[in-house]
Parts: sequence; C-alpha cells; structure tokens
Amino acid sequence: MSDSPYVSTTNACKLCTPLGAALAFRGVEGAIPFLHGSQGCATYMRRYIISHFREPMDIASSALGEKQAVFGGGPNLKKGILNVMSKYGASVVGVATTCLTETIGDDVPRLLAEFRKEFGDLPLPEIVHVSTPSYSGTHMEGWHAAVAALASQLVQDKAEPQRRVNLMPGLVSPADLRHLKDILADFGVDATILPDISDSMDRPALLDYEKLPAGGTTLADIRAMSGSLGSIECGRADHVAESAGANLERRFGVKNLRIGIPVGIRESDAFFAALEELTGLPTPKKYQDERGRLVDAYVDGHKYVAGKRAIVYGEEDLVIAMTAFLAEIGVKPILCATGATCKNFKAQLAAVTEGLLPEPPEAREGVDFHDIAEQAADLAPDLLVGHSKGYTYAKAWNVPLMRVGFPIHDRFGGQRMRHVAYGGTQELFDRLVNVVLERKQEDSAVGYGYL
Amino acid sequence: MEQAIFEERRDQIHRTGEGPFELACNRDSLAGAVSQRACVFCGSRVVLYPIADALHLVHGPIGCAVYTWDIRGALSSGPELHRLSFSTDLQEKDVIFGGEKKLKAALLELIERHKPKAAFVYATCIVGIIGDDVAAVCRDVAEKTGIPVIPVQSEGFKGNKREGYTAACKAMFTLTGTGDISDISPISINILGDFNLAGEIWIIRDYFKRMGVETVANITGDGRVDDIRRAHGAALNVVQCSGATMELAKMMQEKYGIPFIRASYLGIEDMADSLYAVAEHFKDRDPGIMERAQQVVREELSVLLPQLGQYRKDLEGKKVAIYVGGAFKAFSLIKAFRHLGMKVVLVGSQTGTKEDYEELAAICDPGTVIVDDSNPLELSKFVKELDVDLFVGGVKERPIAHKLGVGFCDHNHERKEALEGFVGMLNFAREVHASATSPIWRFVPRREAMAKAEAAKKEAI
Repeated sequence: MSDSPYVSTTNACKLCTPLGAALAFRGVEGAIPFLHGSQGCATYMRRYIISHFREPMDIASSALGEKQAVFGGGPNLKKGILNVMSKYGASVVGVATTCLTETIGDDVPRLLAEFRKEFGDLPLPEIVHVSTPSYSGTHMEGWHAAVAALASQLVQDKAEPQRRVNLMPGLVSPADLRHLKDILADFGVDATILPDISDSMDRPALLDYEKLPAGGTTLADIRAMSGSLGSIECGRADHVAESAGANLERRFGVKNLRIGIPVGIRESDAFFAALEELTGLPTPKKYQDERGRLVDAYVDGHKYVAGKRAIVYGEEDLVIAMTAFLAEIGVKPILCATGATCKNFKAQLAAVTEGLLPEPPEAREGVDFHDIAEQAADLAPDLLVGHSKGYTYAKAWNVPLMRVGFPIHDRFGGQRMRHVAYGGTQELFDRLVNVVLERKQEDSAVGYGYL
Repeated sequence: MEQAIFEERRDQIHRTGEGPFELACNRDSLAGAVSQRACVFCGSRVVLYPIADALHLVHGPIGCAVYTWDIRGALSSGPELHRLSFSTDLQEKDVIFGGEKKLKAALLELIERHKPKAAFVYATCIVGIIGDDVAAVCRDVAEKTGIPVIPVQSEGFKGNKREGYTAACKAMFTLTGTGDISDISPISINILGDFNLAGEIWIIRDYFKRMGVETVANITGDGRVDDIRRAHGAALNVVQCSGATMELAKMMQEKYGIPFIRASYLGIEDMADSLYAVAEHFKDRDPGIMERAQQVVREELSVLLPQLGQYRKDLEGKKVAIYVGGAFKAFSLIKAFRHLGMKVVLVGSQTGTKEDYEELAAICDPGTVIVDDSNPLELSKFVKELDVDLFVGGVKERPIAHKLGVGFCDHNHERKEALEGFVGMLNFAREVHASATSPIWRFVPRREAMAKAEAAKKEAI
C-alpha cells in the first residue's frame, strides 16, 4: 500500500526490478546477467551501476526490436544466449525479464526448455531465470527474487552434510561482504555467500581486461547449500513469496534464520548469535573486542549526536537496519521512508526500535522524494541518511547527508563503504559523529580547534 | 584475439587503407552482444530534457524515469523543472486495465503543481504494447489546462536512439510557429543540437552576440518553451549534433523556408568555421559581420594558443581511441586531437550513418579502426592491439579504459566540464593532459609489464 497521496511520482525513491536481479547475478562466478527485453534497459542499468562501483558491468540483452515485440522474443533470447556463451564463455546465464517481455507474454521457462533441447549437443551453461517486470516491485524484489531463483533452480539435490553456513547477505557493499567473509572464516566454517559481489564489483587492477570478472559464489558452493548447517538470511522486509533460505528449508530441511542486515549493536548481536547457533561455537574474541570498542565509541560520542533528528530513506531492508542503529545511539529517526511497498515495513521498524524509542518511528512506504520533502518541511531534520539521490534535498534544506547504501553517485568509494557488523557500524558511527562535528564547526564563527 | 569479434559484426568494423571503404551500420543491435546503445526513449529524453520550463512526464514503469533523473549536466539560467524526474510509475493493474486514466490524473496533478509552459509525455515500451492512446489523453489535458501537452512516441523497442531523436524533433516541431516573431532581428539564428552541458551554450551564444547575431531559441540547452514557439522567426538554423536535431531543421526549412547550416563547437577549426559560416550567411545583410567574427576568433585564440602549447609538449605522439554516441562529434575530436599532436587510432559510434562513416574514413589516418555499435569485448581488444594511451567516451567506456591502464576523457552528456568553444578546447586539453600524463599508470599491471618488456628490449640491444 502506498502512503503517497499523489498519483504521479516525482524523483522516485526506488529503482526498477530487473536492476536488482542483474546485480545479484553478477555475484555468481562465471555468470553474465542477461535481460530479456529491449536494448535500452541493459544500457541504462549498466550506466547506473558503473557510476557507483566504477567497475565494468556487462549486462547482455536480447535487444528486442519492433518485430520481436509483435512476434515474440524467443529467437532473440536463444541467439543472445548462444552469443554470450561463445564470447563470454559464461558458465551461468542469469536471465531476467523486463516489462516488455512480460507484457508481450514470452514464456521464458518454456523458451529455455526449448533452447536446452535444441542445443543439447553443446556444452550448455546453467541458465537461471527470474521474472522481473518493472511494473511490479522494486530493485530489491529483483535482487531477492534472483537469489531465490539461484537457490531453487541450481540446488537440485541434497548435498553431503558439512560444517557450512549459507549466508544471504542482501544488497550490501563489496567491503561489507569482505568483512562478513572474514567473520565466517574466523568462526572456522565453510560458507556459501549468495550472491557474493565482493570481488566481481570491486576488482583489483590486473594485467588484462576480464571478460567476466573473477569472484562470485561458485556453482559448487551453491550446490553445497543443501547440506549446510543452516542459512542466515539478512533483511527484515518481506520481498518474495519464498526466499532462498525458505526454499532450502522447505526442500532440504536446511534451517533458515532470518535476521536484519546487521547494522548497530543489537542487529549485529543477532547476527553473531545466529552464527553461534548454527556452528555451536562462541563468537571469536576478535569480534567481542570489536563490539567492546564500538560500545566505548558510542559512549565517547553519544553527546555529539544526542537528539539529532534524522530522515532515513531508501531500500526497505537498509532503512530498517539504519533506523535500528540510529535509535540505539540516541539519534531520533523522525521519518523512515521507502519507495517500495512492503507489508511488514512498519512492523519491522517498530521491532528494531523497541525499547529505544518511546514509540515506533513514523514510517512511510511507497513514497517518493516529493512526498518526503513535503513532510520534511514540518519535521526540521538535522540530518539525512540515505543514498546520494537525496542530495538535492539536503542542499535545499542546508542539512548534511550521510551517504549509505546504493547508489553513491556523487562521492568516491561507495563500493568500499562498510556498514555491517561491529566493524562496519564502527565506521558508520565515526562518520556520523564527524558529519555532525563538521557541520558544527562550519556553522561556527569561532573556528574551534577542539570539539 | 580475434575471438572478441562476433561473426555477425565483422562488416561493422573497418580498417582504413585496407580495401575499399564499406561499413555496415544502422542495424539492430546483436542479441547478447552487450551493445553500448540505449533505446528510442533515451534518444527523445536526452534531446528534450534541457527544455527547462516544460514538464517531462515519463509514462511507464519507474525504471525509465529514474535512470534519466538529472542525467545530463544541462544547465538552466532560470527554471529548473527539467531536473526533476516525473513518472506515472505504472503498476501491474495499470498494465492490465490500461494506463490512460492514471496518465491523465498525473498530468493534471503535475501541471497544477508546477504550472509548466508545456508538457512532454514520453511513451515507453510498455505503453506501446498495452495500447494507451497517449495522444488522446494529451489533447484532452491540453484543452483542460490551456498549455501544449505533447506526446512523444518513444517506445523503447521501436529502434535505437536515432528514432528517439526523430520523435523528439516531431514533438518540438508542433511548438514552432505559435509565438510572436515581430521583434526578431533579421540577423538571427536558432542554435540546434547543443544541450548546454556545463554551460556550453552560454559560451557559444556569447560569441554570436559579439558578432551581432541574435539567438532566438536554444534547442535545447537552457531551452524555453516560448523561445521554441518563436523559433520560426529566426533567419537561420545552426545545427550541431546532426543526428539529434537535423530533422527539426529540415522540417522548419520545408514549412517556414528557414535555411540551415551544420556546425560544431568542438576544437579550434570547427569552432572558428562555425562562426565564419554564420557570418558568411549574413554578410550581404550585414557587411561588417565577417570582420567581427574574425575579431572574436582572434581574441579567443590569442588567449588559447599559448596555453595549449604547454599541453601539446607532453601529449605529442600519444594514441587515442574515440567511442561516442553520434559520429559527428568524432569528426571534431579527430581534428582537436591533431592540435594536441595526438593520433587517433580507433574511432566509433553507437549510431553513425553510412555517410558519417565515409566522412570519418576520409579524414582518418591509414590504419585507423572504425567501428559501428561496438561492445566492451571489441573495444578492449582494440585498445590493447592498437596500444592506446587515451580513451574518449562515456561512463560505460570508462572502466574499459581504466582496467587496461589507459587514460580517459569523459565526453559524454554527463560531463561537468565545458568542452565547447575556444575555452572548451583548453579545458579539453587540460583534462586529456591530466589523465594521459598521470603518474599512476605506471602502477597498473598491464603498463608495468609493458614498461618492463620495453626495458628488457633496450638492455638486449
């Protein structure tokens, strides 16, 4: 349900469904994202994603024209897959539909079955498909639907039981993923992180141009998921009918623990508790120490941020996570907004702030920046927390914007920004305090050298 | 290496000096080839976008609007309505039951809120499929609100950017001929095909003003609806970026008898030639105009040339790859690079025509590779093979260059540096110089390996 009183959308606070799917497919080793639709979609999304990650982002397209829109896109889909096989040597093709192909009624599962039959003599890649019409949901539905499709279509058999944890991290940065991998390694368990864009979207400089970036979840690790100790699925908002973790639980009895994106102490505690539960091991001292330092920093910094009024906006999972963090450091989330419509958004915001705020923060879903701005006039925020598309408003209201999540198009290093677990929260807290201090210093005529 | 090229695309690549010139172009992009092209909607959107006091409503699902929000650095000296992103954000039920009602309600709501001078309504892929009668809704809303509400038939799948340019020109053409032209000077022009990126059209208008030429309408950089309504009162259309607005010039010639000339404001010769061509056109009516044009060029060059020389010193002999949207820009870039002593070894475009490519082949040095509708695999192959030092392109080409340890100059519509005019040539040189001569390249593994190989070779001798 949208909380916007308007019919039109102005400066949307969401992206379209296939973008999320394309980005998720990029997190599988040897995979190429493939959009079944007209050429423009792939190009726009590439540009949008490249501007954040500053990495190559090849998205193939079936490039439908007028004829195909009338007679069906099947031949182009098949030809396109053959082309990415031969030129990219892709071992996985992640096919996501678009509004065009959904509306003309292309039956992608049937077309792919035909393709496998027609070209059965060739060494075929794994082809995973997901339905992502952009008139339904946002990029987060696309992301989660693609992850669910990877699990449900690639994991076919019950694997040998092993000391392995499945982690579905949600849309977090490559730096976040590296941090999560370290944590899992320090717990001493094997892990399948699905998807894993830590390498593929933050590559080192290399000797040659990579057709497909190295890194990403391997097919073997994906298939091993059915034999894992359990799954941890990050992100509190409901997105798809059956998530990857729920699917593995239903089919293979792999225990699924659903938690939030671990930002802040309480949500990070839940993450470490989940790891302890699945592995039967205590949290390594290193992370207990990180937690201790974070608490110490909260203590040292609390007065700088106390009572600051923040508007949080963006993807529903991240808005919930950031609100959990802000509420526990004494910042007042005065409006939590998302462009998505999401049936448990408000309930989850209430849950993560319970005991921290006198009442749940005001939450609005299905809104755009026009709605947010209209309300902000009465709210007098001190601070905005979200991706870089809120900058126009931060400038207009003369309040600082703390950039988090995706996309960061007006600053450098968005892909290396950390948000998660105690370590990521530490960086967020330091940044937040400094945003407040910098503003205080700039606004003061005194020129304080100590703050 | 040859593996990077698709069999079906071999005839879209040509090496000058190797056999008679023939290049296939203007084809649909190859499925699965990761074309750098966008779509019809993109073409319309980028051309009309800078009209700053119009409402630009994208009728479709959210993606089309959100990826084009404030996409160009097209500046306005007044209203900035164009920088907002409006959409009908079609949902599943709209797709099933039709989006006309929602479109009408959205238009009425936004026109009431923003009081625009006109509204453009962009049809996207899905609107073409579900069959909304966008034109009828536009007529209805125009009647109710009293402003022009103009449908732009830009369904994404109906071609590439060029069809989008056509749709944009048709939309603008409906505005011309509706304003009062009684006070327009006989020495007057419309500037077509400049989008005021980083304030470029202000630079160009200033040159024309110093020549005594009145600019009636900017089409479309820093554009205004009322100016376009009066555009038929100008004596001459000066058309840059031929692909985007040439059709409008042709329609205006046919209907109003306004002649047009082609121009380019990039690089020294093309900038000067453009001013001279306009002076030439008006010299009978204004005998002093050529003198004044020469004066402008002289003044500007006396500032530019000494500074340019410093950059040339370091850039002499370096090799350049150019991959841009329209081929016309490539002509000017090739000439501009000659001023910097640099050699263009690869040049291509997303949507060039046969004539464009023939002209390109004629001005390129032998051995230059010319490509149409290329893709990352091909471009990276050629960058390595031709040992390129600097790549000129847009956001999607940048990581190709950077990953290969090659300097990059952003010459796309997202740029924030003015590259047009004489002052723009200096900015261009500065940017090229800053990237091509940076000390960081030595650390990039490919360049490091090349340097090592070079050193080993020297030692062997």
